[in-house]
Amino acid sequence: MKIRRLGIPAIALAAAGALVLSGCAGGDTPAEGGNASIITTNGSEPQNPIIPTNTTETGGGKIATSIFAGLVSYTAEGEIENEVAKSIESDDSQNWTVTLNDGWEFTNGEAVTADSFVDAWTYGATFSNAQGASYFFDNIAGFDPEADAELTGLKVVDDTTFTVELASPEADWPLRLGYTAFMPLPSVAYDDMEAFGQDPIGNGPYMLDGEGAWENEVGIDLVTNPDYDGVRKPANGGLSIVFYASQDAAYADVQGGNLDVLDAVPDAAFETYESDFPDRFVNQPAAIFQGFNMPYYLEHWSGEEGKLRRAAISMSIDRKEITDVIFQGTRTPATDFTSPVIDGYSDSLKGSEVLEFNPEEAKAKWAEADAIAPYTGTFDLAYNSDGGHAAWVDAVTNSIKNTLGIEAVGKPYPTFAAALEDRSADKLTGGTRAGWQGDYPSLYNFLAPLYQTGAGSNYEDYASPEFDALLKEGASASSVEDATKKYQEAQELLLVDLPTIPLWYSNVTGVWSDKVDNVVYGWDSVPLYTDITKSE
Amino acid sequence: MIWYTGKRLLQMIPVFFGATLLIYFMVFSLPGDPIAALYGDRPPAPGVVEQIRAQYNLDKPFIVQYLIYIGNFFQGDLGTTYSGRPVSDVMAKAFPITARLALLALAIEAFFGILVGLVAGLRKGKLFDTSALVVSLLLISVPTFVIGFVLQYVFAVQLGWARTTVSSEAPLSELLLPALVLASVSFAYIVRLTRASVSDNLNADFVRTATAKGLSRRRVVGVHVLRNSLVPVVTFLGVDLGSLMVGAIVTEGIFNINGVGGTVYKAIKLGEGPTVVSFIAVMVVIFVLANLLVDLLYAALDPRIRYAK
Repeated sequence: MKIRRLGIPAIALAAAGALVLSGCAGGDTPAEGGNASIITTNGSEPQNPIIPTNTTETGGGKIATSIFAGLVSYTAEGEIENEVAKSIESDDSQNWTVTLNDGWEFTNGEAVTADSFVDAWTYGATFSNAQGASYFFDNIAGFDPEADAELTGLKVVDDTTFTVELASPEADWPLRLGYTAFMPLPSVAYDDMEAFGQDPIGNGPYMLDGEGAWENEVGIDLVTNPDYDGVRKPANGGLSIVFYASQDAAYADVQGGNLDVLDAVPDAAFETYESDFPDRFVNQPAAIFQGFNMPYYLEHWSGEEGKLRRAAISMSIDRKEITDVIFQGTRTPATDFTSPVIDGYSDSLKGSEVLEFNPEEAKAKWAEADAIAPYTGTFDLAYNSDGGHAAWVDAVTNSIKNTLGIEAVGKPYPTFAAALEDRSADKLTGGTRAGWQGDYPSLYNFLAPLYQTGAGSNYEDYASPEFDALLKEGASASSVEDATKKYQEAQELLLVDLPTIPLWYSNVTGVWSDKVDNVVYGWDSVPLYTDITKSE
Repeated sequence: MIWYTGKRLLQMIPVFFGATLLIYFMVFSLPGDPIAALYGDRPPAPGVVEQIRAQYNLDKPFIVQYLIYIGNFFQGDLGTTYSGRPVSDVMAKAFPITARLALLALAIEAFFGILVGLVAGLRKGKLFDTSALVVSLLLISVPTFVIGFVLQYVFAVQLGWARTTVSSEAPLSELLLPALVLASVSFAYIVRLTRASVSDNLNADFVRTATAKGLSRRRVVGVHVLRNSLVPVVTFLGVDLGSLMVGAIVTEGIFNINGVGGTVYKAIKLGEGPTVVSFIAVMVVIFVLANLLVDLLYAALDPRIRYAK
């Protein structure tokens, strides 16, 4: 009798458990081997539905550039090649005429016309649509950042021609047209943009593999678009992007043969990836600039004293040693404010010796500044502790501490949001980590948003009329060469003022399996998926 | 017992409201603007952030946000994530896979833990007992992520016996490795709990009586010793189910399992109130039910325990 009281609940429990276990596992597994030439790669769940003008992060960007084709696309070196555009011309760098190639179609059969671009850009720029990339249209005449307004600068001439009037001249304006924000949209998108973003229809080299191709938090399956006939014609059958919460898992998957191409080697594997994947790894500079900013509202950090202290701090950091030891050579010490992959990058700007480790000079400058006003207290450097920054922040503050003999410490914030709050509210007590990933391969994109007076990402309130003037001259220069010269002069001003202390460029580190060939990583750290071939 | 069960179920109501209010407040109090942080180093045009804040009711005071959430909750709407997905969809994906993983781990740790603990307790001081103690000490002291990486490297990368990460279908065969990792630490605790409790009970009066009555050794151990020794183990398992459900972040990360732990962690980092609260509310219910089940099992296991009307 007594044993039954144990028996029944125990048996019931076991049976229930077995039911749950087996019942849930009843999903169908797809047949293996049917995807001979599908390339698998790592990615992350897009932050928003795939609407080009609202896709500003890498997870969604990778998908958007694969399924859409814009006026131009970028080569591995960051040069532009015409894609849908036949020509993009201007006599004065301000009024542009865009002519489209014939024969482009969205995968639903709709023709890609001038309207496809103009309507998409107008949607993206319209205030009430609250698109994250709306500021990319801010130089088009009629743009209003605070209210709905017509983009008067966009005019459709005929099906294959439209004109663009910019608010101010911009010599390298076509360079930005390969960015996701400038992709065309089919007219069906405007019926329900959110729904369109879940199941986007594009005109790019790949398209979604039918219903349910995008499985949230798991991955997205793309297949080649048979009607695509542009410069990025895929050499494989498709692209399967697997979303990972941790790069360590992705790395293990390449090792275990479940993933073909990885574009971010995790920190833990920095020491071993070259021997784990001999001849199948990459470690090259990418369009990512990293440094730290000293706010101008802090005592000691503005005016002549501030300039001296900024230079002293910069020269007290041993960048080479930190990139070698902490990052195992996966960062490249900075010599300017842009990136080595950007046309116009320079390692010999006037005044760039301020970015070299020079303890004597650093001490001398610091002493000079102390003569103006003596420095007391602790130097701190703010960072978000959820982003893997602690190691290098400690190394940098130690380097400063050892060279200048002042107290220097890292100041961790629990999350990026918390750090950003103090940064936006001008409440920092010291320096702050700062970084920039180029949206499109242009010097201007690395300078204007960060250091122009009043610019969106100029949190630390740097203001220099000379710098602004040089930027403007560069933008309106008649040729890209002249523009580059102006942008370099502008950077030479930055080297004197040091609104940010440049540290290094982040490299793209990647590995790939022995099943794939022809893996080349682009200027934007993303592999050129369409060129990859795969053998089983 | 029905009366008792009903009373316990009714107690869930205040627990539910208290827990959701508290959690919602904690997420609300996280520093920083979650929407501004979505855009990283490049802030969108002025006004975009405000519009999105308004869309998610983040511009309203805390209590209004909470009441809106609760109001929608009772209409079956759990809100949306910042990427516009309904939270109910996210839950429908995360919970089944985590439940399978947790139950599998629970089954492994309970079966092997009790078995090893029982044998160790019966042969106290012998070689098996000593090795069981050493192994369990080792499992307790090595961090889970080390066990996870080592098992993944050896069995998946080197030997190729298992898949390195779990695919989206997550069949049981793929979940076995992560379940082993999850079960490892609790297995060690269960071995120790069972062992201690078995060796205690071996000297108990009722065991001596049973032996004196002439019952076989098998029956004495199986019915009288083991059953009474399971009370602390069942208590532990009940609590462990809860922590396995939500605390598997590390293991989920290593094996790329898109489960509850990782989802809640991500939502907390993003400051997504509705997601965090909805998940935690379900966790609270699971905890309460698991505890109720444990309490009912006590009565089944130990004849001295009775729940009066």
